Amino acid sequence: MSAVLNSETKKVLVDPLVSNNPITLQVLGICSALAVTSQMSTSLIMALALTLVTAFSSAAISAIRNHIPSSIRIIVQMTIIASLVIVVDQILKAFAFEISKQLSVFVGLIITNCIVMGRAEGYAMKNPPLESFMDGIGNGLGYSLILVTVAFFREIFGSGKLLGMEIFPLVKDGGWYDPNGLMLLPPSAFFIIGLIIWGVREWKPEQSEKVEYKILPIAHGEGGHH
Amino acid sequence: MPNEKKQCQHLAPMCAALEKNEHYQKAKAYAEKVLALGNDSLEKTIAIAVTLCLVCAVLVSFAAVALKPLQITNKELDMKKNILDVAGLLEAGGNIEAAFNDRIEAKIVDLATGEYVESIDANGYDQRKAAKDPAQSVVIPKDKDIAHIRIKAKYAKVYLVKDAGAIKSIILPINGYGLWSTLYGFLSLDPDGQTVQSINFYDQAETPGLGGEVVNPNWRALWKGKKVYAESDVPSMEKGLIAEADMGEPALSLIKGVVDNSKPGSQYQVDGLAGASLTSNGVSNLIRYWMSKEGFSTYLSKVRIVKGGVS
Repeated sequence: MSAVLNSETKKVLVDPLVSNNPITLQVLGICSALAVTSQMSTSLIMALALTLVTAFSSAAISAIRNHIPSSIRIIVQMTIIASLVIVVDQILKAFAFEISKQLSVFVGLIITNCIVMGRAEGYAMKNPPLESFMDGIGNGLGYSLILVTVAFFREIFGSGKLLGMEIFPLVKDGGWYDPNGLMLLPPSAFFIIGLIIWGVREWKPEQSEKVEYKILPIAHGEGGHH
Repeated sequence: MPNEKKQCQHLAPMCAALEKNEHYQKAKAYAEKVLALGNDSLEKTIAIAVTLCLVCAVLVSFAAVALKPLQITNKELDMKKNILDVAGLLEAGGNIEAAFNDRIEAKIVDLATGEYVESIDANGYDQRKAAKDPAQSVVIPKDKDIAHIRIKAKYAKVYLVKDAGAIKSIILPINGYGLWSTLYGFLSLDPDGQTVQSINFYDQAETPGLGGEVVNPNWRALWKGKKVYAESDVPSMEKGLIAEADMGEPALSLIKGVVDNSKPGSQYQVDGLAGASLTSNGVSNLIRYWMSKEGFSTYLSKVRIVKGGVS
């Protein structure tokens, strides 16, 4: 194993979890993170699907990277990604029908997920297949980590459950917890992701972007309306 | 290529034959020539694009074709589950297939005449598919299209729950536009064609937590015992009307807020969905549409069993 997991492989596998997380640092793949995180079960399946698609598409693209004509580079990547996504969608419909119904269009939308495209263009085009595969797994796991964290908070505070099992008994069923309806709506994922990004950047200050420009205080007599 | 050699060891006779084939030799020579070309040459670009498309097409078609039987079984099972659910016969962990075959009978109804159509095999008929086929559907006139569905199938597939030969429930397919999506569902009625047993939407894409609450069991439970048609209009033996008389106009609708069950008329009202006026209107409209003469009212007037009398 140590031969397989050399330092580069390890780096591409572990880095995207926190220090180079696709959602919190690269801010990619936000739309599906909003859409499928109201329940843990859907986010877990979505995370798994995206991780597999990213890993295999990166590996496939990397395997033929030296022969991809640059003029149709993006189309070639999209074709490979799209084919894999359709296969994943078909497999879900065959073996996890209930969940595929809940995920509806979002599995198909993995095609346009920026993480998959970003890794294909940014890493797989320049690196060998094994590293690219690991990079796909790593970034998929980084995405999964955030997705599952967001889903954890949304499901437990939005419906008092985790993976469908009751944690907080709800008022309407005779319990004490009055669920927060906002948590079931997509905007709540924005707040949670925002808080996570804030937390991560406090913990690792090097992730904060450099200030590009400073807002100067308004000089006396210049501001205001006339 | 090392990979090729390895495979050749296993499939030696086949590979040997392949090596001798002149088309294979030509293709191999061509492939080597193209791969040696510069990446930006026109020939290589086209060759790579065509090859990639072929490989991907084979992959996708293989997945689609190989998994199709499983997917169809899943869909059918899911539909049966929904029908059992609206009939109140769904048991956790029970055998869906067996329960469905035991208790439920599918029938085809001609919406225009309200008569059963025996010439069509009910089990093979798909009403949603038929609605999309111009030969099997009718365009609904704009002024009558209150459910905003534009087209409906000429024949509807209804389900009857039978117990010892007697009808226990009549399950009708309904659909109509909500806020974002067309809602598809079933409404199950008592044999009197008037009292609601349950409602179930199996396909919808309304806002989760708001309009999406149409699938909430607590809200669905509110429908039980509600009346579809205004009681004074519904013919009954006591009023001296014949059983096959007109049902009248549907009276059931969703209201804003919570229904006060002590008030007269509350039997025609169901709580609207909080924060989802447009979905609630959509549900009211689709009930009004499908329970009118455009929908099932003619059929119901023929199959209903009048309390205390003959059908």
